Amino acid sequence: MFGEGIIQGLVETARNFFGSYVEKDRLVTVQYPEERHHLPEATRQFPFLLYDGPDSDAGLRCVACQICEKECPPRCIHIEKSKDKKPDFVGKQQFYPAVFDIDVSVCMSCQICVEVCPFDAIRMDNEFELSTSNRFGGLLYTKRELSKSNEYYRRIHPTEAAETDERRVKEAEEAKAKAAATAAAAKAAQAAAAPSATANGAVGNGAAPKPADQPAENKPVSQ
Amino acid sequence: MTALPAPTADQIWVWIKDWLVIHTPAPFQTLVSIVCIVAAIIVVFASLFALTVLLERKGLGRIQNRYGPNRVGPFGILQPIADAVKSLTKEDIVPRSADHVVHYLAPLVLVGASFLAYAVLPIGRNMTAVNLDAGVLFFFAIGSATELAVFMAGWSSRNKYSLLGAMRAIAQMVSYEVPLILSSIAVVMIAGTLSTSAIVDRQARFTHGIAHWYVFTPWGLAGFILFMIAATAETNRSPFDLPEGESEIIAGYFIEYSGFKFALFFLAEYIEMFAVSGLGITLFLGGWSSPFSFLAWIPSWIWFFGKLLVLIGCFIWVRGTLPRLRMDQLMNFAWKFMLPMTLFVILSAGVWRFLPATIAGSAALGAVVRWLVCALVILLPYVTLARTLEGGRKIEKREYRFAE
Repeated sequence: MFGEGIIQGLVETARNFFGSYVEKDRLVTVQYPEERHHLPEATRQFPFLLYDGPDSDAGLRCVACQICEKECPPRCIHIEKSKDKKPDFVGKQQFYPAVFDIDVSVCMSCQICVEVCPFDAIRMDNEFELSTSNRFGGLLYTKRELSKSNEYYRRIHPTEAAETDERRVKEAEEAKAKAAATAAAAKAAQAAAAPSATANGAVGNGAAPKPADQPAENKPVSQ
Repeated sequence: MTALPAPTADQIWVWIKDWLVIHTPAPFQTLVSIVCIVAAIIVVFASLFALTVLLERKGLGRIQNRYGPNRVGPFGILQPIADAVKSLTKEDIVPRSADHVVHYLAPLVLVGASFLAYAVLPIGRNMTAVNLDAGVLFFFAIGSATELAVFMAGWSSRNKYSLLGAMRAIAQMVSYEVPLILSSIAVVMIAGTLSTSAIVDRQARFTHGIAHWYVFTPWGLAGFILFMIAATAETNRSPFDLPEGESEIIAGYFIEYSGFKFALFFLAEYIEMFAVSGLGITLFLGGWSSPFSFLAWIPSWIWFFGKLLVLIGCFIWVRGTLPRLRMDQLMNFAWKFMLPMTLFVILSAGVWRFLPATIAGSAALGAVVRWLVCALVILLPYVTLARTLEGGRKIEKREYRFAE
């Protein structure tokens, strides 16, 4: 009524003013380029492609199945399938993407591509400093820019990565066991077929498993 | 060529000007004298503007528990330079349907009128640019010219927001000019002069080591507070910044200005604020004089600028505290509270003038009686007005049903 509310307000702002010089926890601003907040594990910006091992081309998990391309709501993914094949982590011969582009200016970070990918090949990145001076090409990311190692994935999303790695190790072991079983069965079949080989040897040899289906060691794939 | 006396710290600027003048040929002496004074005023107050903008941004930041600008230079002290470069290099856009001549002239008239007010401000001993006999009158006359410039800007932009902003500005400035002038009339009555230099001289005397500042009297204190409130409204500063209320009319009367013309409006606003604070200092705070006789050795211009900076600090503090008023609150405050209170301040000053200084031969008793009577003349109407304006409305704690 007599203006005492104004005095109270002035006292409050004065307390803020002087307090901000004394108490450090009053100033909550993070001085961004020098200091940064720790990003939460669930942070997601735009997708990236995972590869295993040191070589981003040989280890790329993507098999160019194009499910993500078809599922992407804003249609920001463009994939061109390769003509040849290369073995994946379990040794199966697979196609690989000759071209894999994501237009991050179109991407809406919905993570649907990650959810539909059956090969754990695409994941969400937490990189947000993506400004570019090139307005048209600068935000169109090619395979080279999208490929990031599994170590990087482990670093930015540890829980998710551990879960994926565990599953993939199990899958690889199962595939190896299966391959070993298949090989053993084939050997047994071969051994069983051996006595009759004298009768029609040329035909029996043709029925043996093709070496391409074996869990062969990775052979270098030319790009 | 006459020899100059040795310079003292108090008179150093006057001495420099005199030295320059006596070293120029006789026909140009007047011209050099004028140029010196004008250049000094423009340079000093424009740099004060830069400093104030930085202080304001820093201070408001701290009031809101932020850092404020700290990117340009150490602690952000070069921010005003960055701002100046930015405003100078920005494109100057004039609306196609604007009245081009008036649109162009408005910021110039505003800045010109704002700077003219400094002609009568005594910023130090013997440091009044023009010692007019009617200095206070001149100040208010020039101050009214800024209203013209504001309306020129609002009308010529041909924009509904700028016109609304200008109308608000005119309504506000006209309303608050009344209490502004009435509160200074009390000083003019007591001092018996309209000359700003003479008013300061009256206050630059000491009794028992304390200066005769008018703010040390009950009517002077009330008058000073009312003067500063009216000055805040007169210079369109928060909480009276309705003419540029961002939430309703974006930027008010200078909405259609960009680049350097916008910077000129900004400059003029601060220059006006300094000028009216300077007048407040001259009228109530003893101008360039020191409050106590043992501090009289500090140069007079330091006292003036020190007081000015303190007042600027108060402006920033108030801006960081109070929210913007509504238009009806603004007008009610001016006409129902400020105007009667200033009238009572004038009455109190009259009582102060005619009560005897000594009662029954005792100066102390006389002073006490004078103080009490004059304070009562102001306090009683204040309490009555505050109670009446409340209007029996009970302010209850508001309950928020959905928030929280």
